[in-house]
Amino acid sequence: MTEIQSYTMNFGPQHPAAHGVLRLVLEMDGEVIRKVDPHIGLLHRATEKLAESKPFNQSIGYMDRLDYVSMMVNEHAYVLAIERLLGIEIPIRARYIRVLFDELTRITNHLLWLGSHALDIGAMSVFLYAFREREDIMDMYEAVSGARLHATYYRPGGVHADLPDRMPQHAPSRWRSKKEQGERNRNRGGSLIDFIRDFTGRLPGRIDEFENLLTDNRIWKQRTVGIGVVSPERALQLGFSGPMLRGSGIAWDLRRTQPYEVYPDLEFDIPIGREGDCYDRYLVRIEEMRQSNRIVSQCLDWLVAHPGPVILDDYKIAPPPRTVMKHDMEALIHHFKLFTEGYTVPAGETYAVVEHPKGEFGIYLVSDGANKPYRLKIRAAGFAHLAALDEMARGHMIPDLVAIIGTQDIVFGEIDR
Amino acid sequence: MVMADGTADEGQELCGMIRSQWPEAQVSRSALGEVSWALSPETLLDVARTLQADSRFHFEQLMDVTAVDYLAYGKEEWVTETATGTGFSRARVVVQDPEVHPQPDGRFEVVYHLLSVSRNERLRLKVALPTDRPPVIPSLTGIWASADWFEREVFDLFGILFEGHPDLRRILTDYGFIGHPFRKDFPLSGEIEVRYDPESGRVIYEPVSITPRTLVPRVIRNDARYEGTDPGKKEPTHD
Repeated sequence: MTEIQSYTMNFGPQHPAAHGVLRLVLEMDGEVIRKVDPHIGLLHRATEKLAESKPFNQSIGYMDRLDYVSMMVNEHAYVLAIERLLGIEIPIRARYIRVLFDELTRITNHLLWLGSHALDIGAMSVFLYAFREREDIMDMYEAVSGARLHATYYRPGGVHADLPDRMPQHAPSRWRSKKEQGERNRNRGGSLIDFIRDFTGRLPGRIDEFENLLTDNRIWKQRTVGIGVVSPERALQLGFSGPMLRGSGIAWDLRRTQPYEVYPDLEFDIPIGREGDCYDRYLVRIEEMRQSNRIVSQCLDWLVAHPGPVILDDYKIAPPPRTVMKHDMEALIHHFKLFTEGYTVPAGETYAVVEHPKGEFGIYLVSDGANKPYRLKIRAAGFAHLAALDEMARGHMIPDLVAIIGTQDIVFGEIDR
Repeated sequence: MVMADGTADEGQELCGMIRSQWPEAQVSRSALGEVSWALSPETLLDVARTLQADSRFHFEQLMDVTAVDYLAYGKEEWVTETATGTGFSRARVVVQDPEVHPQPDGRFEVVYHLLSVSRNERLRLKVALPTDRPPVIPSLTGIWASADWFEREVFDLFGILFEGHPDLRRILTDYGFIGHPFRKDFPLSGEIEVRYDPESGRVIYEPVSITPRTLVPRVIRNDARYEGTDPGKKEPTHD
């Protein structure tokens, strides 16, 4: 009888469970994984180098395209870095709006993660339900910024515009009956805030539905419990952050430990796991959605009661309002200069971090005093997580590898940059 | 790290602790409260080991490794005789005063961002590499496992060699890529492009056909609009 030798297998880059363009070279011993060698970079667009060649504001749009399922949080780290170097304080209302959208983005991110993770493991229906809720958040994005995905909504000095007073409604269509259209517009009669409030009221029940499908599901547990276990010590060693670190039982959340914007004034809990396996990380993320929902409703209460400016009144950094530009020559010049040359940022360096849905998202910005960054480094959470894939998957089987890729919440936009 | 509630002097304590352990350490705290420490490549390994293991420092996590190429720091790149026909016209700007923007010693600087979860503190290590020899720096993979991919990335994009790294391969660029794209002397549009050639029936590599386009009309420093703090400075002249 011949002895079975270990063999090499290629996984991806065109594989439905590879979450984009992940290519894995697997060393297999039968069906057991002996070594994983991820080949990344298929989506490398040199965002950092591109940003070095244009004024600061023109790179905000690139940030959306990093982690393209949590767009606004990426922008947040970038504008925070610029604001820190400029030494500006933004209006309080803009801070609340940023936190509001950060948390809505966290919910969309986790919904997409939940749907695709469950789909990878074989639960099709969760994906459909998760996308139904995600659709509403996309509509909020659209209402506030005009774009459903790549918002470019945060700007140094605040946010692009205040929350609209009217939520856009579905137009009549020959494909939909009057009744159906009325049903779709049911919660869109008021302002955006009313629409979000309706959403926050609905979401906990929806999360219960997801949990009904998964949390005590025997198949789900068989596929996730005890898979990809990471001890707290290893999680620290491997540079984990966010839910991956909390899943291993370390209570670390930048929103609490190194707070930015208005997080110190808000009430929320930080869920942590115990075993450090895929199931714990699933529970952590589910609970995070509930906590984000809590933060969103607190922000809404504040925003209703406190109108005010949402962007700095400094024409060197933020554009003047349209109405002012129509009759004020000075404002027109400011507008022109801002959108062609931009603004200069004092020489210096900073490392601005936010608690991204995936972990610690940092921007290391070096300025030499010009109107464009000298060096911009994006610290993506997923990069460190994917680096640990080898360690997490060794000794598991290929179906478990798919579960581990899912639990890491991999998005190639931010890993390859 | 500057806290919203003004606990910015935390960095001060860390500076003092580092100075008491390493009296000659060039550690500084920026106006934003971020602590940076400029090191030499020779001392890096020992310092990193102590920072990770010593219970007074206890930096359990290496969050990021990156590099900065200081080749063009503070310099104007728009001094040219001709203007492109496709982009904005280029303006000539006076070359910078070197005293205003001093160039750091070496060309490359490797930057490490450390995080202590137990003490809630960050530290930035900056290691300038000497210019008289190839850029080599000891690898920190033996101290923090996360250094593995971060160092591979820096090697790929900047061509800095990490001595003792177990698997120093390219990570982000294409298989068979030549050059280190994030160096300041590497063109933004790259050097080769890939296309499908119908004649030979395969994908071929050729030199780039893109003409570099100027997207930023002019690099400005010391903008007159922000003056007031520096009355001696004049607005940059545009010809």
